[in-house]
Amino acid sequence: MGVWEHRGMVAVAGFGHSPVDRRWDETSMDKTLGAYSMLACDMAMKDAGVTPDQIDGVICCESHIAGNSGGTSSTWAPRPYFDAPYDSEWGLTLINAEWLVKQMEMPNVKYAPSNVPTIGEMMGLAAQSVGDGLCTTCLVIYPTGNLEGRYRRGGENAEDYAKEARQWTVPWGNHGGNDFINIFPHNQYCLKYGGTHDDLAPFVINQHRNGLLTPWGYNASSGMVQLTDEDYVNSRYILNPLRIFDCDRPVNASAAYLVTTAERARDMRQPPVYVLNHSQHNFTQRTTQPDLDEIEDWTDRAARRMYEGAGLGPADVDIFNPYDGYSVMSQFFLEAFQWHGVKRGDAFAFYADDIRVEGPHPFSSSGGNLGNGRTRTAMYTDSIEQLRGSAGPRQVTVRAETALAAFTTPSSGGWMMFGKHPS
Amino acid sequence: MPKIIPVPDELSKPFWDAVNEKRLLLQNCTVCDRLQYPPRQACLSCGSAEKLEWKDVEGRGHVSTYIVIEDGRLNRRMPDQPYNLALITLDQDPSINFYSNLPGVPPYEVPVGAAVQVIFEEVGPDQLIHEWQVVG
Repeated sequence: MGVWEHRGMVAVAGFGHSPVDRRWDETSMDKTLGAYSMLACDMAMKDAGVTPDQIDGVICCESHIAGNSGGTSSTWAPRPYFDAPYDSEWGLTLINAEWLVKQMEMPNVKYAPSNVPTIGEMMGLAAQSVGDGLCTTCLVIYPTGNLEGRYRRGGENAEDYAKEARQWTVPWGNHGGNDFINIFPHNQYCLKYGGTHDDLAPFVINQHRNGLLTPWGYNASSGMVQLTDEDYVNSRYILNPLRIFDCDRPVNASAAYLVTTAERARDMRQPPVYVLNHSQHNFTQRTTQPDLDEIEDWTDRAARRMYEGAGLGPADVDIFNPYDGYSVMSQFFLEAFQWHGVKRGDAFAFYADDIRVEGPHPFSSSGGNLGNGRTRTAMYTDSIEQLRGSAGPRQVTVRAETALAAFTTPSSGGWMMFGKHPS
Repeated sequence: MPKIIPVPDELSKPFWDAVNEKRLLLQNCTVCDRLQYPPRQACLSCGSAEKLEWKDVEGRGHVSTYIVIEDGRLNRRMPDQPYNLALITLDQDPSINFYSNLPGVPPYEVPVGAAVQVIFEEVGPDQLIHEWQVVG
């Protein structure tokens, strides 16, 4: 496979975050997913110092993450719509490139693929597209919607019948999702290596701490107080032993990134953050439920692929922001990528050490989803800020010249390696 | 509250037909000599579709691990909460696993490592599902 052919020739030059609300209140038109996505794009362009006419690529996820099972929490309809541009679901709870390009008056967009998946793949798609010359100045937009009502309690989760893949899981109570995918291997992990579920407490608490150091995130902007060990161990269970604080909080927000050629980025407002590699994967599970062996194999393969394409090894990675939508999956990534020498079975001891951002092992300096809400973007933004040296109170005190960020589960998603320098 | 009812499709119909006859019938690749569950269009190992056949297996297994669903998202199962969701490995091929609510085992009292055998439970008109019961 070798080193990525565009290593160091593509860069992130800007980013922007909308406010992060718990839900859209269904009346404030300046807080729709469309309004928030336009705001995020505007902030990303201003951060980079470019204007809408310079944008020639738009990559926007059309999902709002509540998904098919979202029910009342996913779509505003059926109700009378508002005046244009909110005269359909587009702009309210769904966003696509076509709607954004029209609203933001970007006349020179020549590349705007549809049906793009999540931020994990989108960032890689943008980097590859810029590297391949399909566009030169590309906005990546990731909206995450949430409405009133319990998250994902409607749709197919309210049905009496289980069709297609759900026929193998739902009759017994598994509605599908990364909570189920990871909690069983996590239990097996505790049995194999020793430890208990509550050994995750230092990690979860530190994610909340990092989140409170992230001004745009949900926790910091909503006046949340620091989670304590007592709060964590006394919190209610969802899928026992998975607790409520092991799960991220669905939010209504949008984020945007500006990806361009390294050459152009050097003339823009911010110091470029170079892309050293991107990789995606979609592993097929062998049977009903992935077990620990399978999860460890998948994450090992993802790590090998990323390191080879980046031309780097574990000791070269300064900032490590894996996905944490459920706390029980992060140890699989930490150990696979062997960040700071952590090997299989070492994660709980590592969590109990000093993982604060000002300490020697600033693991997941973003605070991730657990610390910021279910934006799935904190890992990317923090990595960019750390390499720019603009992370404020989250700025690590160790070297910050390379960063790994991901939105990925053990089975599917994407990783991106950033560098302060192109090589 | 009854469980959610599986809807067989063209691929899964032989499996569910067998379950309704109280048999556990899995796909088997005659090239790889490997069982496969849930059923797929082709063998996961060799990619062959033609060499997949159906094979009766012995419904014996072990409890690998479990969780207790206390706040799930499935409307129809909410009255059952909390309930066990165990992971069962098949003795004949431990790389194959199944879910089970372990009927008769109180929530939180799942004997990890215990032997189980398949049973069949009615979840709707003319529709059984495979479940697992602790033995011994």
